[in-house]
Amino acid sequence: MLQGDALTLPAPFLRWFGEKGWRPRAHQLELLARAEAGESTLLIAPTGAGKTLAGFLPSLVDLTRRGRIPPGSAFVGIHTLYISPLKALAVDIERNLMKPVGEMGLPVRIENRTGDTPTAKRQRQKLNPPDILLTTPEQLALLLANGEATRFFRDLRYVVFDELHSLVTSKRGHLLSLGLARLRRLAPRLQTIGLSATVADPMDLQRWLAPQAPDKNDHAGLVLVEGGAKPQISILKTEEHVPWAGHSARYAIADVYAAIKEHGTTLLFVNTRSQAELLFQELWTINDDNLPIALHHGSLDVAQRRKVEAAMAENRLRAVVATSTLDLGIDWGDVDLVVHVGAPKGASRLAQRIGRANHRMDEPSKAILVPANRFEVMECQAALDANYIGAQDTPPVGKGALDVLAQHVLGMACAAPFDPLSLYDEITTASPYMTLAWETFERVIDFVATGGYALKTYERYARIRKTKDGLYRVSNPLVAQQYRLNVGTIVESPMLNVRLVKRNQRGSLGRGGMSLGKVEEYFLEMLSQGDTFMFSGKVLRFEGIRENECLVSQAFTFDPKVPSYAGGKFPLSTYLAQQVRKMLADPARRAALPEQVRDWLSLQKDASMLPREDELLIETFPRGSRHYMVAYAFEGRLAHQTLGMLLTRRLDRAGLKPLGFVATDYSLAVWALDDLGATFELRRGALAELFDEDMLGDDLEAWLNESFLLKRTFRNCAVIAGLIDQRHPGKEKTGRQVTVSADLIYDVLHAHEPDHLLLEATRNDAATGLLDIARLGDMLKRIKGHITHRRLDRISPLAVPVMLEIGKEMVQGEAQDFLLSEAADDLINEAMGVGHDVDR
Amino acid sequence: MHRLAHTLSAPATAPLLQAQTVINGVAAICDPLGGLYLPETGTLVVSDLHLEKGSAFARRGMLLPPYDTLATLRVLEAAIARHDPKLVISLGDNFHDRVGSAVMPDTFRHMIASMAHGREWVWINGNHDPDGAFGLPGASMDELSHAGLVFRHEPRRGEAVGEIAGHLHPAATVVRRDRAVRRACFATDGARMLMPAFGVTTGGLDLRHRAMTGLFDRSKLVAHMLGRDRIYSVRFAKLIA
Repeated sequence: MLQGDALTLPAPFLRWFGEKGWRPRAHQLELLARAEAGESTLLIAPTGAGKTLAGFLPSLVDLTRRGRIPPGSAFVGIHTLYISPLKALAVDIERNLMKPVGEMGLPVRIENRTGDTPTAKRQRQKLNPPDILLTTPEQLALLLANGEATRFFRDLRYVVFDELHSLVTSKRGHLLSLGLARLRRLAPRLQTIGLSATVADPMDLQRWLAPQAPDKNDHAGLVLVEGGAKPQISILKTEEHVPWAGHSARYAIADVYAAIKEHGTTLLFVNTRSQAELLFQELWTINDDNLPIALHHGSLDVAQRRKVEAAMAENRLRAVVATSTLDLGIDWGDVDLVVHVGAPKGASRLAQRIGRANHRMDEPSKAILVPANRFEVMECQAALDANYIGAQDTPPVGKGALDVLAQHVLGMACAAPFDPLSLYDEITTASPYMTLAWETFERVIDFVATGGYALKTYERYARIRKTKDGLYRVSNPLVAQQYRLNVGTIVESPMLNVRLVKRNQRGSLGRGGMSLGKVEEYFLEMLSQGDTFMFSGKVLRFEGIRENECLVSQAFTFDPKVPSYAGGKFPLSTYLAQQVRKMLADPARRAALPEQVRDWLSLQKDASMLPREDELLIETFPRGSRHYMVAYAFEGRLAHQTLGMLLTRRLDRAGLKPLGFVATDYSLAVWALDDLGATFELRRGALAELFDEDMLGDDLEAWLNESFLLKRTFRNCAVIAGLIDQRHPGKEKTGRQVTVSADLIYDVLHAHEPDHLLLEATRNDAATGLLDIARLGDMLKRIKGHITHRRLDRISPLAVPVMLEIGKEMVQGEAQDFLLSEAADDLINEAMGVGHDVDR
Repeated sequence: MHRLAHTLSAPATAPLLQAQTVINGVAAICDPLGGLYLPETGTLVVSDLHLEKGSAFARRGMLLPPYDTLATLRVLEAAIARHDPKLVISLGDNFHDRVGSAVMPDTFRHMIASMAHGREWVWINGNHDPDGAFGLPGASMDELSHAGLVFRHEPRRGEAVGEIAGHLHPAATVVRRDRAVRRACFATDGARMLMPAFGVTTGGLDLRHRAMTGLFDRSKLVAHMLGRDRIYSVRFAKLIA
């Protein structure tokens, strides 16, 4: 880039850069040049590259040239729309953008609009819009569903999407892509600017930013900034014994604490809330220097989170233990070390988390990985290699979800009556919906109108109706009200507020007390009064549930009785799984591993074998009165869980009496009464049959029909599609009520209309989501003809981690009747006056 | 063994496991389909059918599947076929709202008529449908005393002896090995019985909820929980082990 190009900047900009002693960066100017040439652009740059300023530069320059609109002029709509995945990010950007804009004295009005924006301000924004509006995908959907959307957006020039890589792969991204399609219709001149961290396939995002049509390959341009200084990442070196299994990384606490002491500010990332709680507590146990160490995760009370964020920004903290709530690009002050406890599960996720350290891109970020067990050592090593070679494993954008489309269609009807053909043409310009069939779109409209049931009994209750002019319009204003209350794609799982109360002298519970945050209802369901558990960095005593609140008191113990649950765990990414398989198969890469892990693997080699990269190793061995089979598939917990369900079904049909299974990210263990190893040895081909791809046909179908996981997925789809209200005008439904009815509705709908649109949407979700069927399918294809069976007389070293999980985990949902009968047996025992074994 | 293996290994005609109990001296059988059968008088009791719930929601803009009435009536048909009762008592909230019985499609009306053929039928009025059932066989009433028992929709505080009631949709949660399972249940302490909701889209209220307090002698309270093909009977104190 030539120095002279900077001269295209208006004077206040040049002056400002000059005063700061800075120069505009090449990519900032290139993005500006492309924008001024009328091109939409994707900017991929590492953290600290000045992405935000680059993204806003075209708008700021254009607005500076335009000048302030004189009071009393005719209505002018917003000029630039900035969309961020996080409310906090929108607020943060406002702060960061106001500073240079103020210093340059630019004639630009910037405001944000989030769920927290007061009604008066929202109204004012509609009448007198700012030049730049900073907002979230949900707020955009609401603005677009408004009758005044045409006026509000008609002057729109730029839409800036921040953290685009994290937005596009979810249903939020689908909804946003539909919103963008509508914005294009309202303001045909608009240009898009996408800001993103490095991704596996930039073209995916480039297409997302441009209107799609079947016959041409339109996409935004790409400005790529190479990744600055290479991060210094290491795996924690420790004298301690690295455990074979588990996720706590307790062994490493002293080393982690020492690292915190050696650095100014440390960010500690973990994968789950429970790990965060545990790590936080362990650190404070040994915090002899009373270092200010804080905790930050999504379940904590908002006020508490804001406090931590503020303290962080002011550099008042030495360390923060955080979950994914801190993943995105908020500016966290001067972090000079990132510690990642537990395996990162994905190379891209690791890269982004490490990017949190050191926001100056020409200085290297520093990070330490702390594996919690020996498999994780390999995973960390794989992620570390990947970070150095720049491998990316971000998921693809994926096909647009139908429940999201239903919500959007209703929103568009709320904005103005629509013609189905032209709405279809608009929707198919959004890249996730490019291949949407007209017939499917018709079904979606039918669903929005009357529920889309084969039994056409709801015509008179239709929410939208086709009128004589061929346009669909909403039947009554209540429909629009209902839409507004339910907009968005983030479905809250049933959560209860946790409130800390005190016992008074007579032992009864007081009222009031501090709110600590929210916890999933299913976690509380398994607690009895007096049980202790960890939350918000405290050990708490469960006292009971009062209305929608969980009451707890301070427990005076350091050893909570109930271990927290493993919710919210990311599965191992396909890329890292492949790397771990390669590592196992390659002596040279194994040699680079720490000694403890090398020893473990060489023991395995002697006792059994180490599988080749494309090989599926199956070990069978007896233990106690049971026979075990362990399959080392390395496809992540979710795919393994699904595989376990299907395998036990098949083993049962073959009369081998399977009793249960447990899945980890790396392997799957199934146990049975019959000798599985003997059977596989006796009949060649038995194993190949067992693992045949056809399990994804009838067996899968049969299992799905009774699966609890599918119901959970259905609930999300039903809420997003607007079948079930998340919130209702006047009376707010609690999450727990929604859960109950969604399950029952699923049963009825499944029994009577299995082909219903929402069930189709549910199955689509399940394939990639909780059940990871797509990945399982790929694996079954991969291992065909490459299954190796080792019949052992005892457990192998590689099998130990998964075997240690047995007993800790039972398969959710499928063990229900078993538990019931166990409880009923208690009653029988009691009646018969026996304490244990009953002869039946 | 998880439920999957359990159901697969069970023979197709699994023996039906009902639970026998006695309420105020009257023998009763809890059927896993959700009905209570009193053999001495040949009476089948069901509660909280909530028929036409889907359409009631649809009228207010939530287009729930219109299949709930049919599904509930099919289960009721099965229960009637199993016990061939002389008298059927539906314990209130028979319909999800006041207009439900008036707007119900004729097909369902005919189904009920043929079920009621050759037997007596009583519709107890509930809080959702206080005006009684329209255009259907049988008598509507607020309360019925019959053979030593009192049938009403809402359980009365105090004076509980021999009361069979619904309204609260009792459900119980069993916790074993850190896992919770929740099912609708018959709840009885031998003096009174709370019936599970029979309608297929009706939710449940936990026995530990404060709406349940004072109704039972908890030391004698047993939850007869509805499993797939059997009743699981668990003492209140044993629900959480």
